[in-house]
Amino acid sequence: MTSAVLFDVAGPRARRRQRIGTVLGGLIVLGLVGLALWRLGSNGQLAGERWAVLLDFNSGVPQALGNALVDTLQVAAVAMVAATLLGGILAAGRLSDHVWVRVPVTAVIEFFRAVPLLVLILFCLLYLPTIGVPITSFGALALGLTLYNMAVLAEIFRAGILSVDRGQREAAYAVGMRKTQVMVLILLPQAVRRMLPVLVAQLVVLLKDSSLGFIVGYLELLRTARGLVESFNLTFGNTYTFQLYVAAALIYIVVNLLLSWLARVLERRSRRDRRLAATEDVELPADVQMGGGGGPA
Amino acid sequence: MSIFSDNWDLLRDAFLTTLSLAVVSGLVALVIGTVLAGMRVSPIAPLRWLATFYVEVFRNTPLTVVFFFFAFGIVFIDLQFPSRYITAVAALGLYTAAFVCEALRSGINAVPPGQAEAARAIGLTFGQTLRTVVFPQAFRTVVPPLGNVWIALAKNTSIAAGFAVTELTAALQRLTNVESTRLLMVFLAIVVAYLVITLPSALVIRLIERRVAILR
Repeated sequence: MTSAVLFDVAGPRARRRQRIGTVLGGLIVLGLVGLALWRLGSNGQLAGERWAVLLDFNSGVPQALGNALVDTLQVAAVAMVAATLLGGILAAGRLSDHVWVRVPVTAVIEFFRAVPLLVLILFCLLYLPTIGVPITSFGALALGLTLYNMAVLAEIFRAGILSVDRGQREAAYAVGMRKTQVMVLILLPQAVRRMLPVLVAQLVVLLKDSSLGFIVGYLELLRTARGLVESFNLTFGNTYTFQLYVAAALIYIVVNLLLSWLARVLERRSRRDRRLAATEDVELPADVQMGGGGGPA
Repeated sequence: MSIFSDNWDLLRDAFLTTLSLAVVSGLVALVIGTVLAGMRVSPIAPLRWLATFYVEVFRNTPLTVVFFFFAFGIVFIDLQFPSRYITAVAALGLYTAAFVCEALRSGINAVPPGQAEAARAIGLTFGQTLRTVVFPQAFRTVVPPLGNVWIALAKNTSIAAGFAVTELTAALQRLTNVESTRLLMVFLAIVVAYLVITLPSALVIRLIERRVAILR
């Protein structure tokens, strides 16, 4: 249902009311934004030289933030690749005909979806070294993200495989293919193409979750900004604090917005694709988008 | 199970903090999210834009960053939350509101258009259409997704540990120092504590879902 069904086309009086409401609401929003800017300005936070440090290569800030972005993307890339591969395997296991495969795999998926991601990462960071597995904060973060996301992706893949039209599978069996052939040649290619936008959307969630590195001491964007602030505070006091925090946050938001946009483009393209015609909307459920160990217990 | 009895006070307080964080910020998120969902389908374009802007920003910002800004950033516009607990509630509530809005909107989209058309046909205004026809049905179809958002929120409270709120994950970090010989038990205790919140929630959600389901 589009929102247009919810209300009639406005008549002249309703239009006037809406225009007044629009102007008033706009004024309130502008007022709030203006108030915030005014407070920032009167604290001297909008001064040009304070923001210039973000682009001043002599200060080392752009390099540090650039490196932090690369490090953040690195951990996200490692985790995403590993989670996709493991998630695919788990999804196949979950759909297996053998009970002794299906039940343990289901238990693994449910377990990793039920535990908060931060607890999972802390487990990798704090427990694994005590049983003789040396691990860096990068490793712990990547492993935690992998374990959680593989469980989420397994469920997404399973839904994707099940959503392929039944006739496809039946036709494949009818021409004499075996179980593995049906899965690899018929079901997976169609499911993957259909799941591509969701996969990119999940990458956004994963990238968001990589900011948990802030808490476990991995030098991602936020932790780097904090570090820069602390080292600058020794010489300049609080001069650049706000600017660095805003920069770190903005980088996260811009990268994620770009990825979200890519997901939408992919989705629109796959909808135009005739081979995928008549597929319903595929979208990540809201709780999965929340990250941090979303998904039902 | 001596890990429970040895650290009973810490664990109990941490558990109650986690639970109250989740409940209070859940209520905040429900109220703001419902208003946002109403705005997103409203006939007034700027309201739609505002709600869309809010949802897009929060959907693409890590929760850690939201926490970070509420803890360290807003002092620069001369704002300050009275306590760390309230900072955490604000961050969790405002962040989750965006996802409540998304869940509700998908529910609104699932109400058959005929319902809204009929409501309009008998002369209900936009507000009445939403209040008496669309929302009551939408809330029923979104019981499972809203419930899942609640469960995700309960797990997301763990991030407050990084911002000096003594909830379960902070208790975990403290216990790993004290009880370094029984680490596995410590982790198990904390995971069980989270499951005590999430598993019954999942059950209740399934019950409510069956109770209020509309047969179409």
